[in-house]
Amino acid sequence: MSQINSEIMPLTLTIQGGVDKDGHLDAVSEIEITSGEIIGIVGPTGSGKSTLIADIEQFALGDTPSGRKILINGLEPAGELRCNPRKKLVAQLSQNMHFLADMSVEEFLRMHAKSRGKDPGLANKVIALANTLTGEPVNPAFPLTILSGGQSRALMVADIAVISDSPIVLIDEIENAGIKKQEALRLLAGEGKIVVVVTHDPMLALMASRRIVMKNGGMTKVISTNEDEQRVFKDVERMDGWLTALRETIRQGEVVA
Amino acid sequence: MKMVVVAGTPGSGKTSVLMHAVKDLIRAGHSPALVKIDCMWTEDDARFKRLKVPVAVGLSRDMCPDHYAIYNFDEMLEWAAAQGASILLNETAGLCLRCAPYPDKALAICVIDVTTGPNSPLKVGPLLTTADAAVMTKGDLVSQAEREVFRERILEANPGCRIIEANGLSGKGSAELAQLMAGWPDICGEMVLRHNPPLAICTLCTGELRIAKEHHRGVLRHLDGFMEYKGE
Repeated sequence: MSQINSEIMPLTLTIQGGVDKDGHLDAVSEIEITSGEIIGIVGPTGSGKSTLIADIEQFALGDTPSGRKILINGLEPAGELRCNPRKKLVAQLSQNMHFLADMSVEEFLRMHAKSRGKDPGLANKVIALANTLTGEPVNPAFPLTILSGGQSRALMVADIAVISDSPIVLIDEIENAGIKKQEALRLLAGEGKIVVVVTHDPMLALMASRRIVMKNGGMTKVISTNEDEQRVFKDVERMDGWLTALRETIRQGEVVA
Repeated sequence: MKMVVVAGTPGSGKTSVLMHAVKDLIRAGHSPALVKIDCMWTEDDARFKRLKVPVAVGLSRDMCPDHYAIYNFDEMLEWAAAQGASILLNETAGLCLRCAPYPDKALAICVIDVTTGPNSPLKVGPLLTTADAAVMTKGDLVSQAEREVFRERILEANPGCRIIEANGLSGKGSAELAQLMAGWPDICGEMVLRHNPPLAICTLCTGELRIAKEHHRGVLRHLDGFMEYKGE
């Protein structure tokens, strides 16, 4: 197992079922996800979507409240892969919309690059990329804590794409981020990554080839998208483009025609 | 008998993390006993008692809680042995950050709250720098990047330490922590502290209330760092 690192592709991520909030077994006993797949996690609020993401993030070995197990290429990941950021296979965009660290944007990014064993000079690349996703640009000298929710999220997305460049990407509800969600997802998905995205958004959910349905903390079923859904997806995409354009018009202080 | 000393700043989640670890220890067949040291008041013993393990409380009142814990370790160990315990868990009050109540043969754990920002590992001092393991709490409130920067800062302060990311609410990380506790060697022979407690015996310690140097004796350090001895 020690030879597995972020350069080894393709990867297979296996989720072995555990229990729901009442201790009943997950109806989905096992699901395998391979490199290049975008998989959704859907379900009402409180249904356990974030818990499932957390299980994957920490490579649960039956030692979390859900009792689920996460395997990489069919094997339990070694301890180093679970915690050492330099070996980490997982990059995660959580629901958090703000930074709490009392540092400047540049200082923080340089230190994050260092923690991942990357070149601290990548900080400027992250900032430039973040500024393509957000309306008001982020300045390297800004204190992290004054950034808006959208700016923080844009920075988190760019940081994942550039610094935490990991083969598995976990995304928790990008649609509420106040940033360009499709571009963000495309950035995060990169080439040949496994992308797990928690979402209520029809367009993002339909961009996934399969989606895990959560209820009461358990994985109840897996739906594979079909041709009918993909036809709907085309309509949703058009509608979303129209809404995005309208939103931008209003943001820019112009009149909608 | 194994001994674990859990320190960390107030509100960092020491008790919550310990509660989950105690459950894991019991599940694995161990017999933990707990001593909670605090200054004025605590209700943590009631929380621990719900786990049905032997619990004792020590209140240091007008004394430094770390000093109080240090010279009472023998009593704690005797008490734990009388309870039939295999692991003594001692949760400290965690206050001034100048000393670290860690005996050399005990497992020393520093609980540290990620939301206090990446400079806090540098401020915590010997509590962190002499610990065997740092338990990072409240990581769910920040981004992954921020957790990783925090982790890097912990390693700057204590390069050899084991880092466990835990969540006092969900129980994340407690299994790893319990495993570390269960695998720690038994204590034996005489124990000494890992770090010297701060210079303390001054006139304030004996009850002087007046302010300014003219009323105080002992080793006094000026704001500019100059140290002088005043007294007999």
